[in-house]
Amino acid sequence: MAATIYGLYDDDAKLLDGVKELREKGVNIKDAYSPFPVHGLDQAMGVKWTRLAMCAFIYGLTGATLALSGFWFFMIQDWPMNIGGKPNFALYENLPAFIPVTFEFTVLCAAHGMALTYFLRNWTLPFVKARNPHPRTTDDHFCLEIVEEENTVSKDDIQGILKKTGTVEIMER
Amino acid sequence: MHKEAAIRKPLILGDKNYHQITEDVCAPVEGKANKLWYLAFTISAIVALWGVGCILYTIGRGIGVWGLNTTVGWAWDITNFVWWVGIGHAGTLISAVLLLFRQKWRMAINRSAEAMTIFAVIMAALFPGIHMGRIWMAYWVLPLPNTFGSLWVNFNSPLLWDVFAISTYFSVSLVFWYIGLIPDFATVRDRAQKAVPKFVYSVLSFGWTGNVKAWIRFEEVSLVLAGLATPLVFSVHSIVSMDFATSVIPGWHTTIFPPYFVAGAIFSGFAMVQTLLLIARKVVSLEAYITRKHIEYMNIIIVITGSMVGIAYLSELFISWYSGVEYEQYAFLNRATGPYWWSYAAMMTCNVITPQLFWFEKIRKSLVMSFILSIFVNIGMWFERFVIIVTSLHRDFIPSNWSMFHPTFVDIGIFVGTIGIFFTLFLLYSRVFPVLALNELKTILKSSGENYKKQD
Repeated sequence: MAATIYGLYDDDAKLLDGVKELREKGVNIKDAYSPFPVHGLDQAMGVKWTRLAMCAFIYGLTGATLALSGFWFFMIQDWPMNIGGKPNFALYENLPAFIPVTFEFTVLCAAHGMALTYFLRNWTLPFVKARNPHPRTTDDHFCLEIVEEENTVSKDDIQGILKKTGTVEIMER
Repeated sequence: MHKEAAIRKPLILGDKNYHQITEDVCAPVEGKANKLWYLAFTISAIVALWGVGCILYTIGRGIGVWGLNTTVGWAWDITNFVWWVGIGHAGTLISAVLLLFRQKWRMAINRSAEAMTIFAVIMAALFPGIHMGRIWMAYWVLPLPNTFGSLWVNFNSPLLWDVFAISTYFSVSLVFWYIGLIPDFATVRDRAQKAVPKFVYSVLSFGWTGNVKAWIRFEEVSLVLAGLATPLVFSVHSIVSMDFATSVIPGWHTTIFPPYFVAGAIFSGFAMVQTLLLIARKVVSLEAYITRKHIEYMNIIIVITGSMVGIAYLSELFISWYSGVEYEQYAFLNRATGPYWWSYAAMMTCNVITPQLFWFEKIRKSLVMSFILSIFVNIGMWFERFVIIVTSLHRDFIPSNWSMFHPTFVDIGIFVGTIGIFFTLFLLYSRVFPVLALNELKTILKSSGENYKKQD
């Protein structure tokens, strides 16, 4: 059975050095676990940036469209009302009064759509079991996950680099 | 590694490392509450129960049990509503606007400020709800096709805009807060020894692992939500102010209202954050994280927004004179010298004069003075809304309709009760939730921690 090697660091600077060293030697790192976002780690590991912001934009656009078509239907088409001597004739004429709710609904859809996408993509949902390899990776330790099978570099060499860059513990599972 | 100028004061005091931050922030969650907490909780819970009683009495008997009359149809209820919404503005301002400006000092206070926002908005939303009289019909504010013919809600009305503004603000703030909480719940989960807390916190933490991609997404979501929440903060109180500004009541019908309300909201919100945090940092012993410097920064925001509010009051007075409209002129003269002059005086003193003391460095840095002056602002901002609402209404268009507003015990009970409910929720929160964004704090330890600053 292929082993997964876990290298545990106690400092984010050491972790970054370790990642750089491993990548230079051509080691394929599967993942890294940290208690907080370590800046520069994504570049060091070569992880692609997320496209969540684009999702938020699309959700927002959907919200704005829904709101405006709703106003057209409720206020202009289905039951036009004359309120305070201000009749509802056409959407563009009434638009100023609809701006606040359009804005609110855009934000509502963008924010909640993005949050839901975030939860699903991370697979962080109620009753999901946590998969972090060591309980202290949510406290003050940083962990690299390397799958032996995905690498051409031998297990001993990987462990050698991990030791050299200052890991406090190396686990194998 | 990001470096910071040496003359900048450290934001985390003492000899801390990553683990120490976890220990310090998790201590109140894992440990037992002290006597002070039980005392505060008991008092708040009793007050809250009295408030709930008064609310139920109102729902049972109708709003005739309040002191409203045909002339003053909005009084304490809407005053309280606007006051609580205003208080609810600081949390999202701290977490969203200060995030966009990359202000590191926000990290020690954003969690509690957001919690305060959420509890304050719940208290605020209560008032329009019970003011409807028939709260079980509250769903009529939603655009639902009804069985009486397809008559829809009126989207031209600021009151309906308010429904959307408040519900969007509440739900987005809640999600923003919870997304930030998940990694910290995971920390508590991984430290938990007993089965029940472990289970509870593992459910609350949504199975957070903290891998690279999750953190990238976390940062992106925080940034985009901050970008969305920033205009939201400004829009919510603008829309609340339009409840008044789009009407034809002298004293309400002013274009200055939206910016003036937003400045006032930030002003009162920061004052309430100050009040709560000055207590909280002592009760849960987090003085090393919520430092004198944090208090000073908040005082600076209070003095700036307080001055904006002061300028708004003066421009209102000037414009009412300059307009040449005698009804408008009378409305403002009546505010200052009429039967409610004392509320106008209280507003001016607490909002315009006393916060100016924060220009003195000694006062700005004094914890006792900060606490006293923050209470002053809380009182002053309540009176501001009372002045706007009641003194504008009590002089009706026909002098024979002129009247006064006298609160009944129910009015008072509900207002005091909401303060009780608010504090009950906040005290519960301070025992169950990590009160600081502990994992985010770790990102600034090496640039803003006292011991790291000394090493440079």
